[in-house]
Amino acid sequence: MAPLATPARWLRRHLVVIAGLGTLGYLLLPNVVVTVFSFNKPNGRFNYQWQHFSTDAWTHPCGVADLCGSLSLSLRIAVWATLGATALGTAIAFALARHRFRARSSVSTLIFLPMAMPEVVMAASLATLFLNMGISFGFWTILIAHITFCLSFVVTAVKARVMSMDPRLEQAAQDLYASPLQTFLRVTLPIAAPGIAAGALLSFALSFDDFIITNFNAGSSVTFPMYVWGAAQRGTPVQINVIGTAMFATAVLCVLAGQLVGRRRKRS
Amino acid sequence: MTTTAPAGTSGTDVRLTGISKTYGSFTAVHPLDLTVPAGSFFALLGASGCGKTTTLRMIAGLEEPSTGTVELAGRNVTGLPAYKRPVNTVFQSYALFPHLDIYENVAFGLRRRGIKSVKKQVDEMLELVQLGDLARRRPQQLSGGQQQRVAVARALINHPQVLLLDEPLGALDLKLRRQMQLELKRIQHEVGITFIHVTHDQEEAMTMADTVAVMNAGRIEQLGAPADLYETPRTTFVANFLGTSNLITADVLDTSGDDILLRASHTKLALPATRCTASARTGEKLLVGIRPEKITLTHADDAGSVPDGRNRITGRITESSFTGVSTQYLVDSPAASGLSVYEQNIERDSRLVPGAEVVLHWNPGHSFGLDAAQNIEAGTDVEAEGAG
Repeated sequence: MAPLATPARWLRRHLVVIAGLGTLGYLLLPNVVVTVFSFNKPNGRFNYQWQHFSTDAWTHPCGVADLCGSLSLSLRIAVWATLGATALGTAIAFALARHRFRARSSVSTLIFLPMAMPEVVMAASLATLFLNMGISFGFWTILIAHITFCLSFVVTAVKARVMSMDPRLEQAAQDLYASPLQTFLRVTLPIAAPGIAAGALLSFALSFDDFIITNFNAGSSVTFPMYVWGAAQRGTPVQINVIGTAMFATAVLCVLAGQLVGRRRKRS
Repeated sequence: MTTTAPAGTSGTDVRLTGISKTYGSFTAVHPLDLTVPAGSFFALLGASGCGKTTTLRMIAGLEEPSTGTVELAGRNVTGLPAYKRPVNTVFQSYALFPHLDIYENVAFGLRRRGIKSVKKQVDEMLELVQLGDLARRRPQQLSGGQQQRVAVARALINHPQVLLLDEPLGALDLKLRRQMQLELKRIQHEVGITFIHVTHDQEEAMTMADTVAVMNAGRIEQLGAPADLYETPRTTFVANFLGTSNLITADVLDTSGDDILLRASHTKLALPATRCTASARTGEKLLVGIRPEKITLTHADDAGSVPDGRNRITGRITESSFTGVSTQYLVDSPAASGLSVYEQNIERDSRLVPGAEVVLHWNPGHSFGLDAAQNIEAGTDVEAEGAG
């Protein structure tokens, strides 16, 4: 038991772990930089060089003009886009998975198009469409655009779940006195829930994060990604790092909570 | 053990009248009439695709009949959706709700009917199927046999007037299946509910049911007590599907006496007229059926020792296989080839080996007569159906 005596063997035995940790480090390094620089007090307007430690930005996250306004717009759009895309996408997924209708297979294929299409193309065509329809750019055009591209992700996630569901489960519910509505609420929906949740989370992340499509369809509105883009040319306030770090921490907490619940459920 | 069924729910009769099901041009179930007496253990037996499961689903309300009516205790329920019918089903591969634990699975039916305090009933039911300590587990954490019991408990807790079982033991291994057969029989005895059991396993149907209906290609071929079906099949399908039968084509010589006299090749055979369900006319053909275990095998040298009054056929052994309790022989004879004979291993005659000349003889009263216009092979190849 002398690891140093046989370093080659030790390396071979732990190669997978080392590779895993290396990859994780590679993935997390940008986040670490963002977090560290959220405690920076830069000289001048650009937060690119470490000066000295400060919690100023954390105590005044809205200390920069327009930043929190853009954040709140992004959050509002993400929430509504998630709700809209999830509701519509779930309905479409059920229709595609359960019902045989004309043009079902072409609808199935068309749903994937937004995923495959280059974002710029979709952004430009949406902008053209809105212009021609005479809709003024702003909150609603952003929301509609976001729902459009989130939809395909929700449909994909939910459809997979519904397709793999045993149709006898619903028959069993009916056999056990559950009306069609009760069957849907008590059996179908809970079983499809993981797929719906996955679709919703994806939608939120995609919507919150989207720059290209939003930039084409925002008019004078400024979402958080647009703000960061704009700010990067004039100087990057530390508050951007604060918000980035907070978003990252929230996401990690969500994942941890999900795993904890899952583990507890499995154990009981 | 306590009986959980309160008085008054001891099962009701099920009456199907002219019920049928067609999908486009395919007829799954031809119009059939069927009455299942209250409190009986009834089996629908047939190969897959014979319409037995469709029939069951029409009783459950999961399938809408194309024609005909379903009556429970004299009440027409044909128009009622599944969730309004007082019947419950044990599904093939159980269909337990994966997102609910065992307790909630069993409580599901009670809760849907708005019953608030379910604990006592659920506990009692889990006790009946001996799963009390697994109440908080999820279905996927249970073994196949345990899941099967949960499925039974989930259905029985509702005190249905009829319990429908759709191949409930199909997914279990042989030993467990035997055990569950007895278990289900015990439960049926305890709760006294009418059970309708769909299966492709003829042994299972005969062991468990009071009455068996043999289905083939969307029709009921024959219905009766297991022993009656076995001893007096009325079609070649039933004769071959339930166990094994030797069917010998014979010419009718005389129908005037108590026995019908026939000839197969150069051998004369007798068949009591009461054992023949087909109409026998002199000069026409008839199938004489005899079960392998009812035939006695005697070596040709001892042919003189065969008692009078027995049907006898000479032949030559082509194959013999020792199975422990019995030895199974295949015998070729001018009257029929490939006759199968099971001999108990009590006093084995060492001369009975392949190639030996033998006399097959049996009590005419043990044979049965069938209409020769049927496919003699019907039901022979469908039995080896995979479970599931």
